[in-house]
This record gives sequence, structure tokens and C-alpha cells, in this order.
Amino acid sequence: MRTLPFILQKEFLQIFRNRSLLPIIFVLPIVQLVILSNAATFEVKNVRMSVVDEDQTEASRGLVRKMQATGYFSVVANSPTADQGADLLLSTAASMVIHFPLHFERDLRRSGTARVQMIFDAQDGAKAGVSQAYASSVVVDYSRELGANIVLDGIPAGIDVIPVNWFNAEQRYTTFMVPGILVLLVTIVGMFISAMNIVREKEIGTIEQLNVTPITKSQFVIGKLMPLWVIGLFELAFGLIVAKLLFDVPMVGSIPLVFAMAAVYLVAMLGFGLWLSTMTDTQQQAMFLAWFFMVIFILMSGLFTPIESMPHWAQNIAELNPLAHFIRIMRRVLLMGADFSAIRTEFYWLVGFAMTILPMAVRQYRKVSH
Amino acid sequence: MNSVIMDNIARSYGDVRALDGISVQINGGELFGFIGPDGAGKTTLFRILTSLLLPDSGSATVDGLDVVDDYRKLRRAIGYMPGRFSLYQDLTVEENLQFFASVFGTTVDANYELIRSVFQYLEPFRHRRAGQLSGGMKQKLALSCALIHRPSVLFLDEPTTGVDAVSRKEFWEMLEELKAEGITIVVSTPYMDEASLCDRVALIQDGRLLTVDTPTRIEKSFPKPILSVRSARKYELIKALRAYPFSSSVYAFGESAHYTDSRSSVDAVELQSYLRDQGFTDVTVAQVDPGIEDVFMALMT
Repeated sequence: MRTLPFILQKEFLQIFRNRSLLPIIFVLPIVQLVILSNAATFEVKNVRMSVVDEDQTEASRGLVRKMQATGYFSVVANSPTADQGADLLLSTAASMVIHFPLHFERDLRRSGTARVQMIFDAQDGAKAGVSQAYASSVVVDYSRELGANIVLDGIPAGIDVIPVNWFNAEQRYTTFMVPGILVLLVTIVGMFISAMNIVREKEIGTIEQLNVTPITKSQFVIGKLMPLWVIGLFELAFGLIVAKLLFDVPMVGSIPLVFAMAAVYLVAMLGFGLWLSTMTDTQQQAMFLAWFFMVIFILMSGLFTPIESMPHWAQNIAELNPLAHFIRIMRRVLLMGADFSAIRTEFYWLVGFAMTILPMAVRQYRKVSH
Repeated sequence: MNSVIMDNIARSYGDVRALDGISVQINGGELFGFIGPDGAGKTTLFRILTSLLLPDSGSATVDGLDVVDDYRKLRRAIGYMPGRFSLYQDLTVEENLQFFASVFGTTVDANYELIRSVFQYLEPFRHRRAGQLSGGMKQKLALSCALIHRPSVLFLDEPTTGVDAVSRKEFWEMLEELKAEGITIVVSTPYMDEASLCDRVALIQDGRLLTVDTPTRIEKSFPKPILSVRSARKYELIKALRAYPFSSSVYAFGESAHYTDSRSSVDAVELQSYLRDQGFTDVTVAQVDPGIEDVFMALMT
């Protein structure tokens, strides 16, 4: 094992001489954290509203004003008829129509109950859902102010829900996203860079020279993976610091626990990268293959859409996604302050992945070609 | 003592038979050349002998070590320089050399004497990245790295391909010095003129051996006198020679054409007058000694 230090020395030398790799390692975390965690948001702002007000009273105008005051809704048109309001929806000039029937104010005053209709453009189901929720809450507030009951067509009213959000009280989107994006960073180092780093030796032919040396398979594999394992953990530390300084993401849980989990997760992803490299001959092929898996892993990771709302079969597939487990671990530990017992299942999954994929990849990597 | 023994080695890639029953014995301390055109199977043979590729059938030993069963020990005993430059372009000359020394469990200093004659050319470029060296320098660095663990057998796969004439000459001189150190050297080349620099050569074509002998004996084995015919209009000249009733073989040979006659003796004057009659006023005909290439052409057909 005297040889291993020399191999490691050579690997680090090469990594730090690689002009395209260093920016990836240092710039990527900042760019991803800044752009993704700010841009990828479910918050819906500036809902363009078309108002069809057949009532034209203080009560109807009051509700419209209140909606505008939230900052989420803006009135793009006042349409005299319901049909014209609908036309605006069709032409995508508006994404919702609010329709006050005649006698809205009179009904409110007489019986304390009045109806109002809202129509949403639901091409983007998530956006429509969020707009609807905002609108309902404005209506509920407004009813309470008037001491009356405004019934939104199709939406049951009458029960007051007082939401209390734990672990992310202000429902800040960045707080939710950042732990997941840190997982992406670690994954890129683990999977992409390891696959490309190993394939590079094949592509430029140096593997040929290396193979006639007494370097053993395990020395080669450890020599290749260990530097990236260290860099992956460094990347996580760097990302956590950026997250803390730039976004003030709460870190309630134990940071050593996060790193312990990342250490296991990285072994699994490095193994995956090695496995990809055994199946490819050029960096380009490795890149494409890594992308293929990366897209599936990300979309089924719960980073953007909750796994719980996936169909049952997809949830089962997501169980086999190491990213999903590690994102869950990161969110629970960082935001909830979970201890080991709360993430035990996820931890076992990660250990399982690492113990399956790494030996499989090592077995498939051969020094002799057939 | 035999250093490398190949016994009936065969290897196919799909339907293509790259090697078809190669049996050669190379003596210890010999400078042995495999000479053949591109695609003859030289690289495949070298990859089998260096344990990088498994033969379909047949066996081989290098220094008594089986290339399949004893591959671990074998890799310590041999040095291999692949045809394609296979060192780390992003490491410096010195770093490459140190890396390969260390993976063999030795140091550059311990074996510096052996590589001194090669490495002296590289000395000024010690701290330059390997990727920025010229072709000839890269080749010298590759040779140094292949030698740094003092192998007993050195395999050089087309070391002089794509290298300028001066570097080629220097390279063969270095091989002579290494031979003097007692290292067995197995080299492959597509250049026929390099055959005479080897102790013995094997002519190889389409995965088969054509002949194995010393270069002089191979040249002597050529059965017929050769006439070297020159004219400015080479293409028409070859056509005219082929049309000559006693012509046995005609092929282009550099600037001239080489001609052999179907009769046992050949008359240069007679051939010259025939060609003059055909309108080749500038023609010259001279008898030349057969070279390896002539033998190769004769054996190929």
C-alpha cells in the first residue's frame, strides 16, 4: 500500500491543474445556490385579474381593492360581461376572472351571505392552485371584516383554519430549497466528476500505460475516488457556509451528522460514477449517461415536487433514488434538528446503495480487456 | 536463453482475425523487430505480450512468466511503450517520471544510470508539461518512463512512427545502448529500412508471420536479381514493364521501379533497349541488391 499515497498525490495534482474542474468546484455552489434557490419558487406573484362587476357597489370594489393590496393580484381589465371576461382568459391577457353578480352588496347586507365566482386559468395547475388559495384567504378576511359570509362558488366556507407552520415558520422558499440544492452539488462532484475523471484516463490512453504497472485495481479505484470524496465533503462545507452567510438558512441540527451522512452518500454516488465510467469510453459518453440518470434522480427526488404527491408506483421508484433519501436527511437535520433516530431508515438506504453499487462497479472495472 | 516465447497465438476481433497462429522465440538480450504494414496485427500481439489483452488460443511467456497466469509478476518485469503517447500531458516531465518510478516501488535516482542517455535530452525540459513537448521529446520521455523500473524486457510498439528522421536515428542509437545493458528489446515498426537495425526480424502480414531471420539472411534469401529501373514517367514505366514478356514482378520502389525477370538470368541491356523502343528515352537500368522490402513484396503475394 506504499503506492497509494503516490497515486493520491498525482490525482490531486491533476485535479488542481484542471482548468475546467476548479471553477466547477468553487463557482458552481455559489451560482446554483443563488440562482436556483431564488428563482425556483412556488410563490405566485402578479396574478393578472379581470374584473366583471355587475354590481358596481362599494362592497364589490372593496374586495377588489383588498386583493390588489396584497400585492399578489393586479387588475388588467374591467369587463362589462362575463363572456368578455372569459375572452381575456382565452387570450391569456388575464389568468383569473372575478365575477360579482348583481345584488352582491344587497344580499350581503340582507342575509349576510353573498356569492362571488372566480375562474382560474389552470394550464399550470400548481399556479392556479396557489392563486386560488391566496384569493380564498383574501375573501375570508374580507368577510370577517364585514361580519358577513361571502361564499366562493365551489369552495366550502364557514370553517376557520388557523395555520401554524413549524420548522419554517415564514414558509421561506429558500429555506426549503437550499438543503436540497446542497445535495445536488455533492451529487455533481460524486457522479459527474468521478465518471469523467476515470473515463479521461481511457480517452487519452493513459490507462494503457497504467495497466502495465503493478498498480492494483483497488489502488486505482481508491486513488481515483478518494480525492473526489474529500472534494465532495469540502463542497458541502463550502455550500453550507454560503447558505448560512447569504441566505441565513437555519441549521438547527447537528452539522457533524450532516457530514457523516454525506460521507456515506458520496461513497454511493462515487460508486455510481465509477460504474458509469466502466460502461463508456469517452468523457462525452459518460457525460450523456450521467445526465440521463441525473435528470431522473432530480425529478424524482422531492426537490421540486413532493414525493408524497406522486402516484404510488412512482413513489416506489423514488425509494430507489439515493438523492431522495439524502435530500430528506438534509431537510430533516438542518431544518427540524432531527437526530440520528429520525433519519435511521434513510441512512440504511444510503448504506445499502453504497454497499451495492461500489462493489458492482469495482467488479466491472477491469484491467485486462477481453 | 529464450526471453520471449510465443506459441501459436491467435486472436480475433469479431470476424476479423487479427493474429493467426504466431509462434516466435526471442533470445535474451536480443533486439528483435516485428516489421509489417498497418493492420498487420503488431499492436494486438504487443498487447497480448504485455498482458493487456487475452489471446483466444495459444500461449506466451516473457522471462518464463505466463502472460495470462503470471500477469502480476510479468508487469514488474517488462517495460511497455504503447504506440500512442500515453503519459499524463498535464504533469511535467519530472512528475511523470517520478510517478511511474513510485508505482513500481523505486525512485528515479536508483535507476538514473539506465535512463541517463535517454533522459539527457529531456533535462532542459524537466519542468515542462508533457503535453507541451515535441513528438521526439515525448517519445524519449515515454521510453524513460518505460525503463525507470529497470525491466528485463522492453516492448516498444511503433516507437518511431510520426517522429522526424533525426529523432528516429537518435532513438535507434539509444536502443543499441540499452541492448548493451542486457535488456531484451522487442520493437515493432512499419518502416522496412529500420529492419537492418535489428538483430533479427519477423515479417508480419495479416496476422501471419511471413519469415523470421536476421535482416542479412532475409535479404540473401531473395532468389532473383533485381533491376532498378528509373524514368521520369514512373506510372507508364511500370505499365510498360508489366507488359514485357519475361516480366515476373514489377512494383514501385521509392523513385524507381523494381523489376524481376521470369528467366534465371536477366539482361539489363536488353530491357533498357526494350524500354527505349517504348519511348522511355530517359530510362536507366541498374542491378541492385535485394532489400527487406523486396522480400516482403515477394512473400506477400
